[in-house]
Amino acid sequence: MTRLNLKRTVAMARKEFIQIRRDPRSLLIAVLLPLIQILMLGYGARLDANHIPVYVLDQDGSQDSQNLLKAFQASPYFDVVKVVGSYKDLTAAIDADRCKLGLVIPWNFSQNLHNAAPTAVQALLDGTDNNSAQLAVGYAQAVITTYSTNITMNWMAQYGLAQLASNPLSLDYRTWFNEELESKNFIIPGTVALVMALMGALLSSLTIAREWERGTMEQLIATPVTALEIMIGKLAPYLAIGLADAALCATFAVAWFRVPFRGEIGTFFFITTLFLIVILGIGYMISVATRNQLGAGQYALLVTLLPTSMLSGFAFPIDQMPRPIRAITYLIYSRYYVSALKRIFLAGNGLRGLSTEIIALSVYAIVVGYFATSAFRKTLQ
Amino acid sequence: MRNDVSIIVDGLVKRFGRFTAVDHVNFQIHRGEIFGLLGPNGSGKSTTIRMLCGLLTPTEGSARVVGYDVATQPEEVRQHIGYMSQKFSLYNDLQVIENLHFFAGLYGVKGALSRERVAWALRMAGLSGGEHRLTGELSGGWKQRLALGCAVLHRPQVLFLDEPTAGVDPISRRDFWELIHEMAADGVTVLVTTHYMDEAEYCNRLALIEAGRIVASGTPSQIKQSAIRGDLLLVECTPLGRGLEVLRQAPGVHDAAVFGAALHLVVDAAAQSLKELPGYLTSHDVKIDRIQPISPSLEDAFVELTAKGRPNPT
Repeated sequence: MTRLNLKRTVAMARKEFIQIRRDPRSLLIAVLLPLIQILMLGYGARLDANHIPVYVLDQDGSQDSQNLLKAFQASPYFDVVKVVGSYKDLTAAIDADRCKLGLVIPWNFSQNLHNAAPTAVQALLDGTDNNSAQLAVGYAQAVITTYSTNITMNWMAQYGLAQLASNPLSLDYRTWFNEELESKNFIIPGTVALVMALMGALLSSLTIAREWERGTMEQLIATPVTALEIMIGKLAPYLAIGLADAALCATFAVAWFRVPFRGEIGTFFFITTLFLIVILGIGYMISVATRNQLGAGQYALLVTLLPTSMLSGFAFPIDQMPRPIRAITYLIYSRYYVSALKRIFLAGNGLRGLSTEIIALSVYAIVVGYFATSAFRKTLQ
Repeated sequence: MRNDVSIIVDGLVKRFGRFTAVDHVNFQIHRGEIFGLLGPNGSGKSTTIRMLCGLLTPTEGSARVVGYDVATQPEEVRQHIGYMSQKFSLYNDLQVIENLHFFAGLYGVKGALSRERVAWALRMAGLSGGEHRLTGELSGGWKQRLALGCAVLHRPQVLFLDEPTAGVDPISRRDFWELIHEMAADGVTVLVTTHYMDEAEYCNRLALIEAGRIVASGTPSQIKQSAIRGDLLLVECTPLGRGLEVLRQAPGVHDAAVFGAALHLVVDAAAQSLKELPGYLTSHDVKIDRIQPISPSLEDAFVELTAKGRPNPT
């Protein structure tokens, strides 16, 4: 079963390619789906909170409270949408999802500040999205701290302690790889993995099942073509399509979403090929086992797209997962691809800097390849 | 093994669970012979042919096709055979020419020979000029000839045809059989299954198969002679049902069966029955319209053989 005749394999691949070209469904999955996916994920899957809408109840109405609001307005993270007149209006705005943050400046705000008495500003948060709420608290804290520090400094200057009016300790930080700390740079490279998993698994899971469903399998296996030639001939076009889609996604990521690409194109395609071999092999085995297109497509999504979106670290950082789940991620092949993609795009790692990922994916490719080649038998039983 | 024997089937058995689809089948087919497996749907014809193509593994027994064992050397077998499965199974979403090129590629037909064979297949199928039509748009007769073309691109020594003319119009069927005879004349061994009795007459030799067992084999005329011991009469009478009942009891009548709007009787001696039966029928209130001797068809033989077989299956 290990004979490989080039002519037969090429005949198989050419036929498969013609069929993809004539099948609207395959064409849609191969061309349109990746585009839709990268656009949706590029725009939709952002973890940053910019322009958080803020409603304010200013009970004080002083110059000081105005200054604080200006500080909020000046921050790129907040938009002060409206100043309301009562506490009831503020809570109503949060209930109606008109704002994520409600700020209450107490009536004695200015007075306390001038008497050097401690004072506090109340923040009401919409916690339905805990991630955004936490970010909002953090940003609000930063605005308040800066404002507060400025006041302290002014006092010190007034009392002739100008020489002390500087921060004794400050953190001077520089972020590497994702300088702007933008979540799009973190997420978009990983979407390539999602596109590959979805497209590759869906298409390859149809290959064998389609022959059974359309009744063409019997004629096919009555010819001298071997199981290995069928597999390679059928999957080769999908590998080519997958690599083209990967190039398309990378181009979109860089040209449209302005994600940096610091690594080498060769490294990117090499590791993408490894990942595609795993995905296509899995899809193919499912196709052999189920023999029907609908079922095969569903199983394929279950074992490829689901782990790739949840457990690969594509959007949900693996470091923050509970320990047992973290242990499971080591078994998820997509984890290594996503990690490699992020390092290629952002850190510019070459092949040497990705040895763990390459070894892990190679092991998967070999294991899946081995089982896939022996999965299909040329028999009607 | 004799040089001119292409297919040897020896005690072939196929069981699916408790169901025995093929039950100790034996036959030999010579080079250039057209051998028919004749029997109703579900009698084990397709299962037999699939075992001979290496698509199903025999449960018991053995079969050799052009010298290769179908169970242990299926790939060698496939190099030398052409197979047309029961259901049309070319790619409907491929053009005619694309199907031909695909199968030429799978059979490893190379370069100039491939072009020549593809052109031949197009002419044979009557599709020259229609190369770029989508296969799914062809009518039954064209599809069938294209499928035959795809199955013989590599000039196989043996051709397996499983119900090749099912769903094809009568004229196309006749043309198809002419092609088969031409190929056999070129030395191709043909094993064909059918349940059309008239088609079975085109075969050099036949095996009648019922419930997985061969109930008779030989040339069409041998089968007819061995099956019908006596003479065959055609009787038209009214009412037909009452006539059947009465005639089954009549002296000198072995068997009576309905064939279309008439009855076929197997009698000891045609001359005597022609004299006696009109009076016998009239006395039993059956009006006789026509009675005449006929030569037996394969259908008569099949009815006779399977009717005998049924009460005593071993």
